[in-house]
Amino acid sequence: MRDVAVVGFAQSPQVRETTGTTNGVEMLVPIFAEVLSGLGLTKGDIGFWCSGSSDYLAGRAFSFISAIDAIGPVPPINESHVEADGAWALFEAWVKIQTGEVDTALVYGFGKSSAGNLRRTLALQLDPYVLAPLYPDSLAVAGLQARLGIESGAWSEREMAEVAVRSRRDAETNPNAQVAGSKDVDELLAQPYVANPLRRHDCAPVTDGASVIVLAAEERAHELVERPAWITGIAHAIDSAHLGARDLTTSPSTVIATQRAGGIDGVEVAELYTPFTHQELILRRDLGLGADVRITPSGGALAGNPMFAGGLIRIGEAARQIHSGNASRTLAHATGGPALQQNLVCVMEGRD
Amino acid sequence: MTVVEPLSAPMELAFDYTRSLGPTLSRFVTGLANATVVGARASDGRVYVPPLEYDPVTHEPLRDFVEVADRGTVLTWTWTDEPLPGQPLDRPFAWALVQLDGADTGFLHAVAVDSADTMRTGMRVRAQWAQERRGHVRDIEFFLPEDAAGVVPPPQPPVEPIAVMTTPVTMAVQHSASIQETRYLQALKEGRLVGQRCPVCRKVYIPPRGACPVDGVPTEEEVELPDKGIVTTFCIVNVPFLGQRIKPPYVAAYVLLDGADIAFLHLILDCPAEDVRMGMRVEAVWKPREEWEYGLQNVTHFRPTGEPDAGYDSYKEHL
Repeated sequence: MRDVAVVGFAQSPQVRETTGTTNGVEMLVPIFAEVLSGLGLTKGDIGFWCSGSSDYLAGRAFSFISAIDAIGPVPPINESHVEADGAWALFEAWVKIQTGEVDTALVYGFGKSSAGNLRRTLALQLDPYVLAPLYPDSLAVAGLQARLGIESGAWSEREMAEVAVRSRRDAETNPNAQVAGSKDVDELLAQPYVANPLRRHDCAPVTDGASVIVLAAEERAHELVERPAWITGIAHAIDSAHLGARDLTTSPSTVIATQRAGGIDGVEVAELYTPFTHQELILRRDLGLGADVRITPSGGALAGNPMFAGGLIRIGEAARQIHSGNASRTLAHATGGPALQQNLVCVMEGRD
Repeated sequence: MTVVEPLSAPMELAFDYTRSLGPTLSRFVTGLANATVVGARASDGRVYVPPLEYDPVTHEPLRDFVEVADRGTVLTWTWTDEPLPGQPLDRPFAWALVQLDGADTGFLHAVAVDSADTMRTGMRVRAQWAQERRGHVRDIEFFLPEDAAGVVPPPQPPVEPIAVMTTPVTMAVQHSASIQETRYLQALKEGRLVGQRCPVCRKVYIPPRGACPVDGVPTEEEVELPDKGIVTTFCIVNVPFLGQRIKPPYVAAYVLLDGADIAFLHLILDCPAEDVRMGMRVEAVWKPREEWEYGLQNVTHFRPTGEPDAGYDSYKEHL
């Protein structure tokens, strides 16, 4: 296996609504420039480009092809796309580097959720025969999951609110966050339900945004940054699409992905992609993340949730903890599908 | 540059997804059409409703079909105050995972009750069958509390196995033009053709671009272009198709305006199709001013000017 590291990361502000097109070009042009100039690279230095986005979200066909204009792909480039969060595009890029064909890759994800009705659009990712025709929206599916945990005693509405309070407090130091500010738990619990038993603070906000990561192999990574975030393990796994057959209070696929990615030993920071408060509680419990592990210091998806960029942001934020010397070993998690159906885990370390 | 507010418009997307069912889902929806619910028993002994096509452990096709009841118990629920288009009810309702009697899994569907206060885990519910059933998950309209009064659907003759189901899907999207496209569309509304120049490669794009595909930077400097140019390449359309507005044969061509570096597709009319040539000089034919909109449809077509053809060398880079 080749050693591959995250060497660069940039993201757009996570905002409720942008005026741009759903092709992401307006959000991508500035962050490509930021990440490449930060590393002293130009587009010609990138061996492979890979993106994550969704035509359903964009409300048009081949939106990811229009997005490629942001690269300036003349002469032709080596490029691919996944209809999934950019974290899965990063997985593909990592595999591409493993083949030895390229030494560098630029991975990006983007989504303009504000163009449509996000919670309804997400119903269309469900089983097309027995679920999607009913349009069960994303808040409804998460609400069913949250109640199962509450009524089985696995977690409480108060613990869920505590997750939101911590997220908003952490987001105060994240200049890109959309939702920040201190509120206390009782204040949050006094708010009405939006999808009983979920309150607004339990749900990630609707967010437009984009993110980008540069990967580099071996010597190339050393040349580009002082302290690369070496990927020591990366894996993804998926649970059944049959929502009613899953135990929704657990996340077996996250556990499998974490084991395959090398486990949590020595992990100091975990950036978890949990668009609902109770989902963080599931992951902390299932992965055995104790009080010694700092959870999602960026504020996470509850502070801003650009679809198809949010999982990639978790990897970028976890890598940044290593770049800055704040941590030596970090874990990033990304999710896709309903109720934590598909999960990716990436473990990174700094080497002195 | 003046601040431009991007043009934006709503768009309704709709598509009827027509899906083959395969043996397992065919059994399920045929059962629904006959007002029965069919599950499948897997190697773990559990009865899955709706049935899984493949065993979650052995991955063998599941063929041990089991008819279960159309009533059962709520495993978990949530409440929707503002139903979205397409959902089973258009008034506030509950979503629930319902474990039908005889099944071992939850079936996600709506429960029609007046208030969230009525909902509780463990409550008994029954299916409200549609008046007319067609072999679709929506043959169950929603669930009702088991003891609630409901309309009994009229009997329907037994349905033969169903192979295909159709699900109309709709989405509403608010599309925005880019700043660059907005300037172009605003100019068209005024009967002008406006492109923009890439600040790096200096090429003039019409329509202008959020990012020059060569350099990855937005086009900036506006360039007013004439409504005259040349045909670079073209084809003669002989094939009729749905929605065709002109009688074949007619010519679709790439038109390169004088001063532009990118050609766009348009029609060449007002001359016999066989007279159209590469390099032919053409000019725009505009709709009457009162019909001008934000779009290139303001130009109905291009027609020959009668000027001498452009030489091949002058446009060979644009092919």
